[in-house]
Amino acid sequence: MELVPATDQALPPGFLTARSGRATEEYFINMGPQHPSTHGVLRLVLRLDGETVVEVVPHLGYIHRGIEKQAEAQTYLQYLHLTDRMDYLSSHHNNHAVCLAIEKAMGIGVPERGEYIRIIVDELQRIQSHLVFFACFGADLGALTCILQGFKAREYITDLFDAVCGSRLTMNFFRPGGSVRDVPEDFTDRVRAVCGKVDAMLAEFDRLLTGNLITKERARGIGVLPRAEAIALGCTGPVLRGSGVDFDLRKKAPYGYYDRFEFSVPLGEAGDSWDRYLIRMEEMRQSLRILEQACRSFPGGPYRSKEKPAYRLPTGTWFGAVETPRGVFSTWIVAEKGEKPWRIHSRSPSLANLAALNPMCVGHKIADLITILATIDPVIPDMDR
Amino acid sequence: MDYIQTTNFIGDWVRGLGLPWGLDRAVNGILGALTIAGVVMAGATLLVWVERKVSALIQSRLGPMRVGPWGILQSVADILKLLVKEILVPNGADRLVYFLAPMLPLTAAFMVLAVIPFGPTLQVANPDLGVPYLIAMGGIGVLGILIGGWASNNKFSLLGSLRSGAQMVSYEISVAVILLFITLVSGTTDLRTLVLTQQGTVLDWWVFKVPGLGLAAFVLYLISSTAELNRAPFDIAEAEQEIAAGYHTEYSGMGFAMFFLAEYGNLIASAGVAATCFLGGFLPPAIGVPAVDRALFAVPGLVWFALKVAALILGYMWFRWTFPRPRVDQLMALEWKFLLPVNLGLLSLGALFTAMGWVLP
Amino acid sequence: MTLRERFSMVFGGALSMFKGMAVTGHWLSHPKGIVTEQYPENRKTLAMHPNFRGEVVMPHDAAGEHKCTGCSLCEKACPNGSISVLNTRNLAGKKVLGKYLYRLDSCTLCALCVEACPFDAIRMGQNFELARYDRSGFELTLNQKEGR
Repeated sequence: MELVPATDQALPPGFLTARSGRATEEYFINMGPQHPSTHGVLRLVLRLDGETVVEVVPHLGYIHRGIEKQAEAQTYLQYLHLTDRMDYLSSHHNNHAVCLAIEKAMGIGVPERGEYIRIIVDELQRIQSHLVFFACFGADLGALTCILQGFKAREYITDLFDAVCGSRLTMNFFRPGGSVRDVPEDFTDRVRAVCGKVDAMLAEFDRLLTGNLITKERARGIGVLPRAEAIALGCTGPVLRGSGVDFDLRKKAPYGYYDRFEFSVPLGEAGDSWDRYLIRMEEMRQSLRILEQACRSFPGGPYRSKEKPAYRLPTGTWFGAVETPRGVFSTWIVAEKGEKPWRIHSRSPSLANLAALNPMCVGHKIADLITILATIDPVIPDMDR
Repeated sequence: MDYIQTTNFIGDWVRGLGLPWGLDRAVNGILGALTIAGVVMAGATLLVWVERKVSALIQSRLGPMRVGPWGILQSVADILKLLVKEILVPNGADRLVYFLAPMLPLTAAFMVLAVIPFGPTLQVANPDLGVPYLIAMGGIGVLGILIGGWASNNKFSLLGSLRSGAQMVSYEISVAVILLFITLVSGTTDLRTLVLTQQGTVLDWWVFKVPGLGLAAFVLYLISSTAELNRAPFDIAEAEQEIAAGYHTEYSGMGFAMFFLAEYGNLIASAGVAATCFLGGFLPPAIGVPAVDRALFAVPGLVWFALKVAALILGYMWFRWTFPRPRVDQLMALEWKFLLPVNLGLLSLGALFTAMGWVLP
Repeated sequence: MTLRERFSMVFGGALSMFKGMAVTGHWLSHPKGIVTEQYPENRKTLAMHPNFRGEVVMPHDAAGEHKCTGCSLCEKACPNGSISVLNTRNLAGKKVLGKYLYRLDSCTLCALCVEACPFDAIRMGQNFELARYDRSGFELTLNQKEGR
């Protein structure tokens, strides 16, 4: 679609296309910030022709907390706990990215057990996040049973996190050089038990929602994101892989011990909502595979390399990136003398993926907009920070 | 088993009093209205609780537990709360229409239930043209939703009411065709006679009596009536994930409660129609063994009717908490490209079966 | 779409619906799967995990003594400035802890202070019911008496 700068003064801010020459009257509708399915406080201004979406303009800033600015006044360890609060569904991954950058800067190594803990916890979190996706996707399609059953399955993992990290949502678990504390004795058994339960629930979910004809009809061919456009917009994660681009940091630039494990990266063909849904369901199974392998060879030894009294990064720029459930989360640290960064920038996957919303929605119905938004799986605090 | 020729024993008793100036008619009318209002209000209040419990069980939760044992008084408390809540009228709303709208769906539920035979001698009115009357009354409910959404002066409401208009007008055709099918095979439009044509064993119910076709018509009726009731999975008119709450976005307090109760009132009415037309209404599920049948017939017809309605409502709830919602255009395509042709085929086949006498004895 | 495909879609679709209903029917008929906890009623049996991060507490021994030396490392570690360690001098002229001020309202329960403490003087408590009726309830003094 070609974007023509609007000359019409009557248009609300943000709309790029000129008023169409259609005979029917277009109107604008404000969806959000308080709306049942904008996943929190995303505000979308829709330009509609009947029920058909002509253009969508997302408005951000409703939950902006200035985390990047706050980081400049805080030490690296203190900043670490703020990253929990960006993408609350992948707080471990966010911590991981920052830790990677700090470790690279200071030359801190991670013991083998520490890396295993990180991978297990990361993959558990990936499953947890995708379960929330399943829950919200089902609910957004109107199958309200999915939201509670999805959260029930998620609860097994959350409970494990509660036991291991001491918190359910903002875990603040990883530290440069490993994790803040060792995992309990029976950790691998508990992980295996949780994996078994989640696996059983996934089979039920497949029968409940994946196989359902209405789900297929609702998601197939809806919100097609062509391969080239997905790359051009900077999408990552399942949104990018749904369009058939084989890009997963765990494979392309393995951090930690991901190169030791056997797993495959599911790819879509059509780039529609259905592909993105299936990819996430399959990624959960692949994560279960990784967890199984990691539990089998879970090593002993120290969980964290020797702790530093303070983290003073050498002057320069440092970068760490991980594959979160939503895509690539990366941290770029500009360090100068002292314990505090000069500037920290985070690249959040939700924000980049949101850019694909408008091109995907044009010409679809309002109901499809909800489906598409659900398959982008945005986390609003991650966009606004 | 013979049924006496009275349709309403209370009505006959009042008529027997010999009141002057047609007062008996007035008394009968008021009594009937009160009965129906009681059934709808009590039934709807109970059903709200049942629905919440059913959904809770499906979703591995407990549901309401605090008000009364097992939370059974929760919906009473909710209605009391809604009664005393402030009624907010949005700016620019058409006040007359805005307040008129919530009453219409409830009225439709009352009108339909008035002709349903709850028991052999429990029917408020028995018009000769019972089936066409049902079809006609079904159309009133949509009017309330249409004007309610329009009068709210809210774009979400307007979208919801327009969706609802398109949906209910379409699905009424399906429901009407299926009811015509029943009229065709049973040869009567009088609902009490319609029930009495199903006397005998379970196999004499219309759902089984016309081989294959009866069951197909029953399933199609369940689908179409779910859509006509605006219930999930076909609740596109109030699809909360898409258009907030659809036509009743702007209603608060009692206005909302009326819409809410009407939904359940219509659910009872729709299940009642299905039980009457397909499942033998107040007739017990006799199996042809005299000893068992005698025991079954000893139970009042009202109980059998209530059981059938309850089972059907449980089915409606089960649908609701399982399926995702089709899109607007898909719902229209389902009606006009699938259900309507199939129903018309069913009607023609029904005519063929009746003419050739291919009906179970 | 051929007629054959159309038929398979209708009947396959109907089958998929029944499969879904079998799943929900199973959940409906198995109340054992209910996971709801009746929260205020089950307070007595409710146990947090040992690692749980509730509000910061300062354990005192039987004599009412705590281990805090007033080194202020926790104050430095706190990202939100929730902790103020106000020191005083005891009779011997030694610097000791006067008041350990903890502002619960700005605390994010990140446990960085507990990590920073070299003396194990503070730890994260098990209390998760952190709501108070007014703001003054959030201004806590963790040590029971001055000095040590």
